[in-house]
Order: sequence, then C-alpha cells, then structure tokens
Amino acid sequence: MATVILTLYWTFLKIGLFTIGGGYAMIPLMKAEIINGHGWLSTAEFIDIIAVAEITPGPVSVNAATFIGYRLAGISGALTATLGVITPSLILLIIFSRFLFKLIQEPAAGSFLNGLRSALIALILVAAFTLGQSAIIDLTTVLIFLILLAASLLRRVNPLYLLAVGALCGLLLFPYGV
Amino acid sequence: MAEGKTRESLWVVLLTFLKVGAFTFGGGYAMLPIFQREVVGKRHWVDEQTFSDFLIITQSMPGQIALNTAIQIGIRIRGNLGGLVAAFGVTAPSVVILLLIAAYFYPLLENNVYVQAIFYGLRPAVVALITATALKMGKEILSGLNGIILCAILLLIIIMTGLHPILALLAGGLTGLFFCRGGGCN
Repeated sequence: MATVILTLYWTFLKIGLFTIGGGYAMIPLMKAEIINGHGWLSTAEFIDIIAVAEITPGPVSVNAATFIGYRLAGISGALTATLGVITPSLILLIIFSRFLFKLIQEPAAGSFLNGLRSALIALILVAAFTLGQSAIIDLTTVLIFLILLAASLLRRVNPLYLLAVGALCGLLLFPYGV
Repeated sequence: MAEGKTRESLWVVLLTFLKVGAFTFGGGYAMLPIFQREVVGKRHWVDEQTFSDFLIITQSMPGQIALNTAIQIGIRIRGNLGGLVAAFGVTAPSVVILLLIAAYFYPLLENNVYVQAIFYGLRPAVVALITATALKMGKEILSGLNGIILCAILLLIIIMTGLHPILALLAGGLTGLFFCRGGGCN
C-alpha cells in the first residue's frame, strides 16, 4: 500500500511538472504513465475519466488525479495523487517565482518553449489517435467524432455542449441488445 | 504588492477560490473568464494588466492554468500563505466532487446499460475535443516553417519509436533553442 502511494505521488508529480501550458497538455504523459507504464487503467477507462473530469467543475488534471488515485488506493490515493499533481506549481510559484519571472523573459526561454510546443502538438495528436482506437469503434462513433470535431474547429463552442451532444447521441444511438 | 489597500482576509481568499473551483467547468482556459470576473471585476485584487501578465507566466510554466493563476493571485494579495490558500480553495471542490463520483457513481456504470450508452457517445466526443485542441494549438503556434517541420519530424519519431512524452518535450525544447531563435518558429 505504501509503495502504491509513493508511486502515485511520484507519477502525478511528473505529470504536474511536464504539463506545460495546462489543459490537454497532460494527456500524452498521463496516457504514457498510467496506461502504458503502470497499466493502472484500460484506454477506455482513461477516456471515461477524462470525460468525467471534463464535465465536473475544477481543473481537469486535478479531477483526473483524484479519480485515478481513488480507483487505485481509496481516499488516501486520491489525496496523494492530487497533491502530487499540484506540488510543482506550488514549489515553482512560491519558492522560485522571482527566478521564473526573469527566466521567462529570456529570449532563449522563448525559443525553448516554441520547440517544446511543437513537440506538444505532435504528442497530443498521437495521443488522440491512440485514444481514438478505443473510442471510435463503429459508424456511429465515427460520425459523432467527425461532427463534433468539425463543430469545435469551426466555432468557439463550450466543450460542455459538445460533450452533452455526445452523451445524448450515445443514449439515442447505442447498439442496445446487440 | 497590495499596499494602499486593506489587507484581504484569508477567509475571503479561500471562499472566492472555493467558489471558482466549484462553479467552473471544463478546466483550463474555460475557467479564466470566471476567474477574471471574480478577481479583477468584483474583488479588484489585480488589474487587467497584471492578470494578463500572470497568464503569460502560467502558459510558460508547468502546471494547470487555473491552479497557476490562482496561486499567483493568492501570493499577490496575501503572500505565500495566500498562495497556499488559493491553491487549496481552487482544488478542494474538485477533490470532494470527484471522490463522490468515484465512490458512488462510477461503480453503477458497470451494470447500467444507459450509463454505458452515455459513455459510448462521450468517448468519441472527448477524442474530438482533444484532436481539436491539438489542431487549434497547431494553427496558433506553428505559423513558421521551422515549427511545422519540427512538429512533423517529432510526430514521425513518436509514432515510430514510441518516444516517452517527457523525452519528446525535452527534444522539442532543445531543438527549439537552436532552430527557433529570433522568432524563427512563430
């Protein structure tokens, strides 16, 4: 149990530390650590957790950390994983904030971040593709994916509405009894 | 810092961030307008300019957008303790809600066909959101040729070798140091 807690803390600390720019930046790393690395969840469960994290209030990665931590080690697991994912932010902003402010203004930091963001886009695309293999499994899910992708690219739609449409389509079009 | 103003009570800081944490959906950028309304518009803790400065730092450092913004605002109004209180406030509602879902709601999923149907539709929706995020980021960030080439090369390497995300990010950053100088990648 103690090992699980320590591993959870360390894993989510890494996820917090390498989620640069927030949002879905954590997905490739979470996927690598949680599905491929530790085998803690199946791909479908992982997508479910992102969906739950997205439709509940609060930061998505905090939500995901709490949920995954709970599934693996109960309440102490949930608290450990959450603490792990917020530790880098706390340390960097409380202890190193002055240094950080200066560093970010350096031109080299800008170049580094530009290169890093190119890598991040590649990583998120690959993650989306592999997650898609578990999510997009028949004609109905292909259509849900394509229509919502187009909607989200063409207009600035609140993600909650898109997820609501997905859930509704699921309820109506699920292959019941097949 | 907050000179010239009355010192804000830590309770007010806590309650404000609890409220932001409990009522903002979607995380990240979706939370920012509500943050802005609370701390810039309503409480006048920071002005617009400071808020956008915070945002620049938030986007260039590790961590969640909402969390990093909350900590910076907390530090600005009440020092390090304020930062901790803000972090606790913005996180605590998520933890409580997710614990309730993980303990009571998710176990129902396995046997309920309607919950399964909902997730059957939610999964492609989540993948669509993630794909759209990557494509939008690409459109915003990869306007220079170097950036596009770097992204394409890394994409190939990641697909072929299954390179760990941390290594891919570091490789991208280091390449950026050499090829993105002088705004070459944006």
